[in-house]
Amino acid sequence: MSETREVWVFVEQDNGRIAGVSRELLTKARELADTLDGRVGAVLMGHGIAELAEPVIHQGADVVYLADHPELEVYRTLPYARVASDLVKEHQPYIFLYGATPVGRDLAPRIASAAWAGLTADCTGLQIGDFERRETTYKDLLYQIRPAFGGNIIATIVNPEMHPQMATVRPGVMRLGEPDPARQGEVVVVEPQFTDGDLALEVLERTTREPTCDLQGASIIVAGGSGVGSRENFQLLYDLAEVLGAEVGASRAAVDAGYISQEHQVGQTGVTVRPRLYIACGISGAVQHRAGMDQASKIIAINSDPDAPIFQIAHYKIVGDLNEVIPAMIRALRDSAK
Amino acid sequence: MAYNSVVLVKQVPDTANIIGKAMTDDGTVNRAALPAIFNPEDLDALEMALRVKDVYGGQVTVLTMGPPRAAEILREALYRGADRVILLTDRKTAGSDTLATSYALACAIQKVGDFDLVFCGRQAIDGDTAQVGPQVAEKLGVPQITYAESIQSLTGDAIVVERAFPLGKETVRCALPCLLTVVGGEVEPRPPSIRRLMANKLAAIPQEVPTLLERWPEFETEEALADHLRERNLNIIVWSGADIGVDYDRVGLSGSPTKVLNVEYVILSGADNKAIEANREGITALINELVEDYTL
Repeated sequence: MSETREVWVFVEQDNGRIAGVSRELLTKARELADTLDGRVGAVLMGHGIAELAEPVIHQGADVVYLADHPELEVYRTLPYARVASDLVKEHQPYIFLYGATPVGRDLAPRIASAAWAGLTADCTGLQIGDFERRETTYKDLLYQIRPAFGGNIIATIVNPEMHPQMATVRPGVMRLGEPDPARQGEVVVVEPQFTDGDLALEVLERTTREPTCDLQGASIIVAGGSGVGSRENFQLLYDLAEVLGAEVGASRAAVDAGYISQEHQVGQTGVTVRPRLYIACGISGAVQHRAGMDQASKIIAINSDPDAPIFQIAHYKIVGDLNEVIPAMIRALRDSAK
Repeated sequence: MAYNSVVLVKQVPDTANIIGKAMTDDGTVNRAALPAIFNPEDLDALEMALRVKDVYGGQVTVLTMGPPRAAEILREALYRGADRVILLTDRKTAGSDTLATSYALACAIQKVGDFDLVFCGRQAIDGDTAQVGPQVAEKLGVPQITYAESIQSLTGDAIVVERAFPLGKETVRCALPCLLTVVGGEVEPRPPSIRRLMANKLAAIPQEVPTLLERWPEFETEEALADHLRERNLNIIVWSGADIGVDYDRVGLSGSPTKVLNVEYVILSGADNKAIEANREGITALINELVEDYTL
């Protein structure tokens, strides 16, 4: 291939703030582009956001495709998909990455469908490698590595023929690199052309709130599963978390049962965490949960079922009733502090 | 004004409950031991469509793509209130990725024809990709409203929908027709109705007639049973790819841009773990150990 291959990142911004996952993806795209001897392209959309091009370049982009337009002020699927799909048609990027946020998960499949390109959701790893099929070798493809089937298998997916090769990645999964204020890049200003159909949807009202917990930043997490038994009983976990200065997490089962809000969910469809200590209370340990927490330095598991799978990855195994064990831990902690 | 809806549903293995027999001794999953269920958020999508019908009237058509066994969830959809159910089944669509699946579903929806709203669950629990809904919308050339939690109003050819995210809400107004992907939580799906269950318990696809005859021997012959099903309008509609005019180059393994290079089972590593007695002494010793090694 003679043309320079471009690795693109959709840069998500809200009110002029670049999403953390977009910075993480720019770091990853830089690595991939260096392996391919290619360039990093960033697709930046919004209104009054031209000044964001600079931090995007510092984070690793060689070229920023900037679309600044009043119709792009608030994210809406069709105007954003129009701009991105037109850019894909014109520049034919080799790879296009998105954060697996509500916005990225809404936008990426729309663009993939328009381009008849493959898209892999929620990748936990991205690498460059070769693929052989029917005596054809495809060089330098994007390996899209993701847990599947409830997290019980890890699949490596490739898109050999239909490009761009597209993937979404959850926040916190990829490493965030240091910005380099000396990096230089090019800004390509895009003039969007919208049809009436692109504007079929209007946003009437929008409310956002600050997160009430910071699981990714927490060094200690106390997490509960269906074994906690009720919303009221989660208070025990909050009590322990308070003594430890910890955040409270939960398994999908606890969230689905309505014990705690989804914001607290750890696992493949929740957040990925790497705390110093993870205390799993009444969590059976479905792979889908373990995928989000098995990198914790230390894991304590409390479960009344001695055969619960969570014990297989725990460093400390406590078989017992969490209603007795947690108060005992709180007492022991208070005593040790005296 | 009445509104016609198409609801896209999927039969999925119950991946949320992989415990006990479904886990083999070597730590891998025994798929065959998993029960097949109605994808949970697709039930929420069906409920939203049924509520539109309750208030405004119109037809609710439920469509699934899958093997013949997926007729199970179509019967369940009938019990819960669907007017009409369609099984899209074709060996040549096996192995379709999300793009190929959405293409086939869009062809089937176009054959259904007169629709105002398409509903699907936000995502299916076997893949959790949330991609098929938006891709179907793109193939149909209609707007999409993902993360739809509730319909605020439906007037003329416009819908107002509240969307729910982990960290916020958004109210949008959109021109019809459009596609909604539905998040659960706000409304409880109605249970199957006994009356509808009794009326539809024989609903079947042609392939199921022999097994159905074993359970209802009074029909004596397959022909007699098939006639009965026809008379009572209990034949579940079955479409092949050819029936909906798909380009076979765009479906199945060969029509899917994504290829699986490699699959590894996640093996539970038997970490060296220390058993702690669930009593005061054991727990105090644990806390002291964690304080000493600076974990706490």
